[in-house]
Amino acid sequence: MPDAPRAAVIDPGKAPRPAAKASFWRSRAVRGVLYQVVLLVILVLVGFYLTHNTLENMRVRGIQSGFGFFNEPAGFGIGESVIAYDSSDPYWKAFVVGFTNTLRVSIVGVIFTTIIGVLVGVGRLSRNFLIRSLCTGYVELFRNVPILLQLLMWYFIMTDRLPDTESALNPLPGFFLSKNGLSFPVPVWATGHIGTLAGLVVGIVLAVWHARRARVKFRETGQKPSQFWPAVGFILGATLIGWLAGGMPGALDMPEKNEISVAGGGAVTPEFLAITIGLTIYTAAFIAEIVRSAIQAVPRGQSEAAGSLGLTPGQSLRLVLLPQAMRIIIPPLTNQYLNLIKNSTLAVAVGYPDLVSISNTTLNQTGRAVECILVMMTVYLVLSLLTAAFTNWFNARVAIRER
Amino acid sequence: MSATLNETASDIVLIQPRQAPTRHIGAAAWVRRNLFPDWKNSLATLVVLGLLLYWVPLLIEWAVVNAEIRPDAAACKALEDRGACWGVIAEKYRIILFGRYPFEEQWRPLIAIVLMLVMIVVSCVPKMWTRWLGVAWVLNFVVFFALMRGGFAGLAYVETSRWGGFPLTLLLSTLGIAAAFPLSVFVALGRRSHLPAIRAVCVAYVELIRGIPLISVLFMASFMFPLFMPPGTTPDVLLRVLVGIILFAAAYLAEAVRGGLQAVPKGQVEAADSLGLTYWQAQRKIVLPQALRLVIPSIMNSFISTYKDTSLVTIVSLYDLTGGLTLALGGDPNWRQFYLEGNLFVALIYWAGCFFMSRYSQWIEKRTSRGQGR
Amino acid sequence: MNAVTQTAADPIITYEKVNKWYGQFHVLRDIELSVARGERIVICGPSGSGKSTLIRCINRLEEHQEGRLTVDGMELTDDVKIIEKVRREVGMVFQQFNLFPHLTVLENLTLAPTWVGKMPLKEAQERAMTQLKRVRIAEQAGKYPLQLSGGQQQRVAIARALCLTPKIMLFDEPTSALDPEMIKEVLDVMIDLAGQGITMLCVTHEMGFARSVADRVIFMDQGQIIEQNTPIEFFEHPKSERTKDFLSKILQH
Repeated sequence: MPDAPRAAVIDPGKAPRPAAKASFWRSRAVRGVLYQVVLLVILVLVGFYLTHNTLENMRVRGIQSGFGFFNEPAGFGIGESVIAYDSSDPYWKAFVVGFTNTLRVSIVGVIFTTIIGVLVGVGRLSRNFLIRSLCTGYVELFRNVPILLQLLMWYFIMTDRLPDTESALNPLPGFFLSKNGLSFPVPVWATGHIGTLAGLVVGIVLAVWHARRARVKFRETGQKPSQFWPAVGFILGATLIGWLAGGMPGALDMPEKNEISVAGGGAVTPEFLAITIGLTIYTAAFIAEIVRSAIQAVPRGQSEAAGSLGLTPGQSLRLVLLPQAMRIIIPPLTNQYLNLIKNSTLAVAVGYPDLVSISNTTLNQTGRAVECILVMMTVYLVLSLLTAAFTNWFNARVAIRER
Repeated sequence: MSATLNETASDIVLIQPRQAPTRHIGAAAWVRRNLFPDWKNSLATLVVLGLLLYWVPLLIEWAVVNAEIRPDAAACKALEDRGACWGVIAEKYRIILFGRYPFEEQWRPLIAIVLMLVMIVVSCVPKMWTRWLGVAWVLNFVVFFALMRGGFAGLAYVETSRWGGFPLTLLLSTLGIAAAFPLSVFVALGRRSHLPAIRAVCVAYVELIRGIPLISVLFMASFMFPLFMPPGTTPDVLLRVLVGIILFAAAYLAEAVRGGLQAVPKGQVEAADSLGLTYWQAQRKIVLPQALRLVIPSIMNSFISTYKDTSLVTIVSLYDLTGGLTLALGGDPNWRQFYLEGNLFVALIYWAGCFFMSRYSQWIEKRTSRGQGR
Repeated sequence: MNAVTQTAADPIITYEKVNKWYGQFHVLRDIELSVARGERIVICGPSGSGKSTLIRCINRLEEHQEGRLTVDGMELTDDVKIIEKVRREVGMVFQQFNLFPHLTVLENLTLAPTWVGKMPLKEAQERAMTQLKRVRIAEQAGKYPLQLSGGQQQRVAIARALCLTPKIMLFDEPTSALDPEMIKEVLDVMIDLAGQGITMLCVTHEMGFARSVADRVIFMDQGQIIEQNTPIEFFEHPKSERTKDFLSKILQH
């Protein structure tokens, strides 16, 4: 009869054997490092190859490299500018003008597209069939046509369909609309306005102080007193008092139309109108969808619970639905704002001198493709990163706390 | 009022369902609920109806009643804006649709368009999603290129810079997405990799491309690409633009695919690992099929966006559908003033494509989510 | 025949020939029901029978198209003022809890009393803490709803409804969305509540609860009330074939 197998005896005296090591080439860690090294080597080689070619090409074509040329006079005029500029100014100033033009379009565009987008988005959920259909039609129409085509259409309308300056449209006193653009009244700076500014500053300070006090009060009593309306009241009220104190300066620089032209007041070119209106209407269609889906994303049970507690529809909207919808709206909304800014680069197609347009002109004139494109890309990249950072900060701050 | 409980019979009489009272159903009720529920909405309804009744007849008068269809510039001008000049389309449609392609050879892009559209429609039918569809697409592209380029079998050679119009739009969109998709899958997988260098490269690529406007990518492709090539070679214009579009689309698609990958539960990879599958086997067989199913709506969205974005190639001098419009009307003083009608025509082509693609996307989404349960 | 007649001097809820349609679907058919003050009713039946719709008509989350529904002397119509008044007297607990995720537990409870009941905040908070103690969850007052378990959330929901001191409490399948180990804590709270004189209408499958607490059990199927009786009679001597069939299915385990 064979012996029963003996159980292995663990001898506590001996030191434990180290864990078996995988062979060098099979270990996961080594393979990982290997793949990365290979990738980096490939990238570096490709980089060298491309750079070498680029330098060769530039040598052959006689193009110098370097950013020094930015200090040379630009030699081209710019159609519209917020700051003073003429063709003898250096290239870098031309780029600055382009950037300010981009900002102009972006700021005006963002404000108006938000207003229109929210209205249309809420309208899509209206009880009224006609309003619902019109808003849906708006979204489906402007979302599905390329932005460039829309911009070209608006450009055509602004430069071809509007009347000549002689017979400019006059929808409101002081506003003139024609092929030359839009003229509007602008307040004239008077010393009395110092009072208004002072009032504005005081109002803002009061609003911030009130917000601080509200936070302290919240910690003590758990009650959050209203922050929005008092803030608005402080700012408006203090500004008003400052304006009154400054002697109520109300002078306006009104555009006046004579036989051949419109003089005075502020003005924007038809190119600006074309790109701003086109971008606003296009982006609003996307914002409307964001607003609509955010409101619909709040579970129906929330408004039911609010109703069953006796809250009016208005209270339910303000206290329960909107706070939850806002959290869902803000990230994609900031993404659309970024899209608006990126789409503003199409200004080159309608002759509006934004950053890309100026960069393009410079590039064609000096042949310095790499430098110009790099500058252009850096600016937009920085804008994008800022937006992404803001979105992350916002998400972290208002996120609904979960387990 | 005294309340009594129902008598509980041994087998209760069942109440049969009835028709709802007419006050609450039917056309009258719908009108009341949707058009006149309260005074504010009723007012809005009346105002909107009033505006519609004013504008719509005017629009119909302009677009249909007084419109001129014949390609007769003088007749159109005589209309003096009281009617639309659809004649501009009759006159210029060949330039709009085919760009600068030689006039006598335009039957070739026509066939190319038809072929492409047929392939797209066929690809929409889920029954056709087999390996052979991929082969068919490759063949389709080969035939497309051969047909457009010519230079053999008696077909005249047409250089790529003369390709234009609708075929170009279709080519850039379909080939763009088709090539961007595999790239995006690799980049998405790379972003989720444990190896920091690979992850860094993929993140840098995606964030860089997504941070800049498409036009700068096209500029890069147009101006910088030639510099990257050995001196003396000039890469083909179409190729440059195509590369730009592919790189751009891939970055956005990579984000969508990454979202899909994240949505696949971790347990799937763990199960695959425990069954002994390698990384690539697990990705190919288990993770990607599930992830991509979730990502189909995003892919459709990307396709629709790319379809619209191809219009930007006009700015780098490739005359696609939008470019064809500029080409047709930009330099012709006789027809320039009828740009509106031309623009509407081109807008309609884009709109139809995007609209039906998005409807299809919604249908597909419903269909694939049926398999996921409630 | 075991007819149970109960003459309540002053019923708090009355349904008179109430009918409701969803489009063409006849969901409530000729409902006749009377609920006395302080009565505790459990409503059961197969899904789709209209039980939830029945109680949701009481606080006008659903509208009936025919018949009269009176709550505490007020007839429910489209009159907004009446609806507001009724909702102040009727508290509801939902299957999905429906707590407001962006507010803390305490804020969830003080929201309605301050905004609807126009109560000063301090008082509302005291009342809230009392209710939270009642449902044994006072220590979670500062947490956010999604940080709590399902059972805890439902108890908070009950406390939230109680903050308005309603005369009637409606429960729409309160434990159906809970994991089994959490059902007991919610039922305990409901049993506690039942002993305090408040009128309760509860749609539920928890027959143990029905047996121990209900004054009346109602069985609904296909939109009409098939049978109603005291718990003992209902469970031990069901009259209708349908009731027997239903009970046999749910009383297996």
